[in-house]
Amino acid sequence: MARQLHARRLEGVDKNIWVEFTQLTADYKAVNVGQGFPDFSPPSFIQEAFCSAITGGASMHQYTRGFGHPALVKILAKFFGRIVGRDIDPMEDFQITVGAYQALFCTFQALIDEGDEVIIVEPFFDCYQPMVKMAGGTPSSNLYTLSSADWVLSPEELASNLNPRTKAIVINTPNNPLGKVYQRDELQMIADFCIKHDIICISDEVYEWLTYDGAQHIKIASLPGMWERTVTIGSAGKSFSATGWKVGWAMGPGNIIKHLKTIHQNSVYHCATAAQEAVAMGFQREYDTFGTEDSYFKQLPAQLHKKRLRLAECLRSVGLEPVMPQGGYFMITDISSLQVDLNDPSTKDEPYDFRIVKWLIKEKGLATIPVSGFYSPEHRGNVQNYIRFCFVKVIWFVCI
Amino acid sequence: TLGKCAHCPSVCVCVFTSVYVVFHFMDGLNAEVEFPRLWDYKSITYILGYLHMTHKNAKRIEGLDKNVWITFTSVAADPTIVNLGQGYPDIPPPSYVKEGLVQAVMVDRLNQYTRGFGHPTLVKALSQVYGKVCGRQIDPFKEILVTVGGYGSLFCSIQGLIEEGDEVIIIEPFFDCYVPMVKMAGAKPVFIPLRLSDRKTDISSADWFLDQDELASKFNSKTKAIIINTPNNPIGKVFTRNELQAIADLCIKHDTLCLSDEVYEWLTYKGHDHVKIATLPGMWDRTITVGSAGKTFSVTGWKLGWSIGPEHLVKHLQTVMQNSLYACPTPLQEAVAQGLLRDYELMGQPDCYFSSLAEELQGKRDRIATILKQAGMNPVIPEGGYFMIADVTALNQHLSHVEDDEPYDYKFIKWMTKEKKLAAIPVTAFCGEESIKHFEKYIRFCFIKQDSTLDAAEAILKNWNKA
Repeated sequence: MARQLHARRLEGVDKNIWVEFTQLTADYKAVNVGQGFPDFSPPSFIQEAFCSAITGGASMHQYTRGFGHPALVKILAKFFGRIVGRDIDPMEDFQITVGAYQALFCTFQALIDEGDEVIIVEPFFDCYQPMVKMAGGTPSSNLYTLSSADWVLSPEELASNLNPRTKAIVINTPNNPLGKVYQRDELQMIADFCIKHDIICISDEVYEWLTYDGAQHIKIASLPGMWERTVTIGSAGKSFSATGWKVGWAMGPGNIIKHLKTIHQNSVYHCATAAQEAVAMGFQREYDTFGTEDSYFKQLPAQLHKKRLRLAECLRSVGLEPVMPQGGYFMITDISSLQVDLNDPSTKDEPYDFRIVKWLIKEKGLATIPVSGFYSPEHRGNVQNYIRFCFVKVIWFVCI
Repeated sequence: TLGKCAHCPSVCVCVFTSVYVVFHFMDGLNAEVEFPRLWDYKSITYILGYLHMTHKNAKRIEGLDKNVWITFTSVAADPTIVNLGQGYPDIPPPSYVKEGLVQAVMVDRLNQYTRGFGHPTLVKALSQVYGKVCGRQIDPFKEILVTVGGYGSLFCSIQGLIEEGDEVIIIEPFFDCYVPMVKMAGAKPVFIPLRLSDRKTDISSADWFLDQDELASKFNSKTKAIIINTPNNPIGKVFTRNELQAIADLCIKHDTLCLSDEVYEWLTYKGHDHVKIATLPGMWDRTITVGSAGKTFSVTGWKLGWSIGPEHLVKHLQTVMQNSLYACPTPLQEAVAQGLLRDYELMGQPDCYFSSLAEELQGKRDRIATILKQAGMNPVIPEGGYFMIADVTALNQHLSHVEDDEPYDYKFIKWMTKEKKLAAIPVTAFCGEESIKHFEKYIRFCFIKQDSTLDAAEAILKNWNKA
């Protein structure tokens, strides 16, 4: 064909770190301790819930309500209503999506127009930036860097980035890749900023149950004045260690969620019925056991807390310096002390951490993720000495 | 008195007497502006609208919030109503498909992320099945994308390849999502209706055709793509090789892409063969073909579909995928793969589900046609798919008492649902404004229903005139 084929909205968003590194990992059959998914099974109650849904009648295999399977939105409204301390409307205040990933997509597509600016705190889960761009928005040019000295968001930096086109800010707590869990006063600072400047807050909380060392996850939507301007994103995949199910949600006030519904009904329209039914059953169980020893949302962080410590020891034993995460699935580590003879010509123009990661995959059969992939292109040059490990794994060895 | 805006604490609106309004608001740069003015109601609304712009939706969804399914799902939610409206089976899926899913869920690693563009087992199975059907080697990794249903395939195709300034030809009547998806991509839908020949009795979907001159007139230098759907929803037309060749000739002449929605590809009735436009000369390189596990295996609630085409087109759909969902659910993909592999081995044999379902539905099609005729409606016998449209003109049902200024079929459906307890879908939901008058006497029935549902429908239709 003679003419340009692709739509311009795809420009600059065609590269993807997961596509690149999962391919390389598969090609070299490396042990995958990079990508964020467990290598252990989901809890048996959730697998059983799915099987029970599958064998549970004809309607489980046909379309359900497009905006979310009724059983699922009802239990989520109850569950999160109790946490946030308000009556959440299951039909108006939720959009169930194909993973939290699609919830983010619906949010950006629904709310961001050409020329709108979105503040993204660095380091960030990599999809935020291309999603903002695909929606025609501008990821804020002076992206906020969590200063590496203490990984804290500075109010002055936040305020200096504001301009009349600023529409939204994206936060992720617990944060991927750092593992930072935002404290109440930090969230209050962000909340004050949003309220003062009438900005929407998009809060990616997929790792909400995974906090360690007594760190507490706080929902910014529960702070005064924030429910009406926050879209909170959640994930069944991360909650139940079943990332392959791809069930997530966006939760927020009906007048904002309705726009996400419009995107959803014009893009995928429905999510898989049986998977939603199974997640509903899982949440019912967690609602009933919340706070007790039987709750998976309590057992999982306890289990991961130990793996996190083991990984840190392992890394220190080979002379590396991990950054201890307060939450989430990941640990980043400074690799400056690694003495490696990088003679791979295919990677010579890439950032240092990309080169190290590729060397580890090809020479050591170990797959991790370069942390500069979680920074904006403008800032990538400053952070080339960290790689990210996922500790949600049974098999743990590091051989460098 | 100073009052606070209920929604936005940074705006205070003060109204006293009906003459003076004082605005006091803080703008983004921290300055306070306070001024007394004489404002009329319109200005106030404008200002309040501006101040609430943060919560305003992006332009791409303007006007796209309504949806025929949302309207009609609620209408027919009443269990006493016989629902021949929404297009999904109430017959069970084949048991080996359900068993395949149970088996997949019990394998630990199949509960975690798989390859974003499609689970390897599935794309390889699709490559086998469609390689055989198309008579060509299809690269499972570069020429196939797995999506969230046929719907998701349409979305990735349109987002990947269509943009502002493009025109997209859509044949009426069309599956309703094509138009909002094209509009959301910023492009302009250009309609061409299927037209009924002069035939008066025993009408089939083959009697609906595209006027060739009219079709040619719709193509111009802005035409980026044409969307075709064969077998067609709602009419059930199965485009013949000659008809597809005519479309292909125009695509090649005008360097246009073809998006071919073939979700009902296995459901063609005796004497009619499904032809893939991508297999015509010169068409593989410019066609994306959409398929659906939901329609293939009667599992619409699984929401898995696929786009198949040349690498230079599919790669753009993959880019959309990696920036929207990343991956489809793993266990469902594994189960569909196993189902496809089983039926691939049986292709050409009577117990291959791809053909056995069509056989089963042929009986249901003929039965529904008979009972609609008995009620005085004029059905259009479909050559494929699981829908049948029927002309209700002969019933002479007066609906002028129904207040809304909706097309006749919408009013008829609402009346029929309420008075006869039978639900169907108005066909004008599937056409543009200008063609309403051609289609407003038609309503759409779905016949992929259990015998008990068809029995209940028969009882209603037999007694139609006895009320």
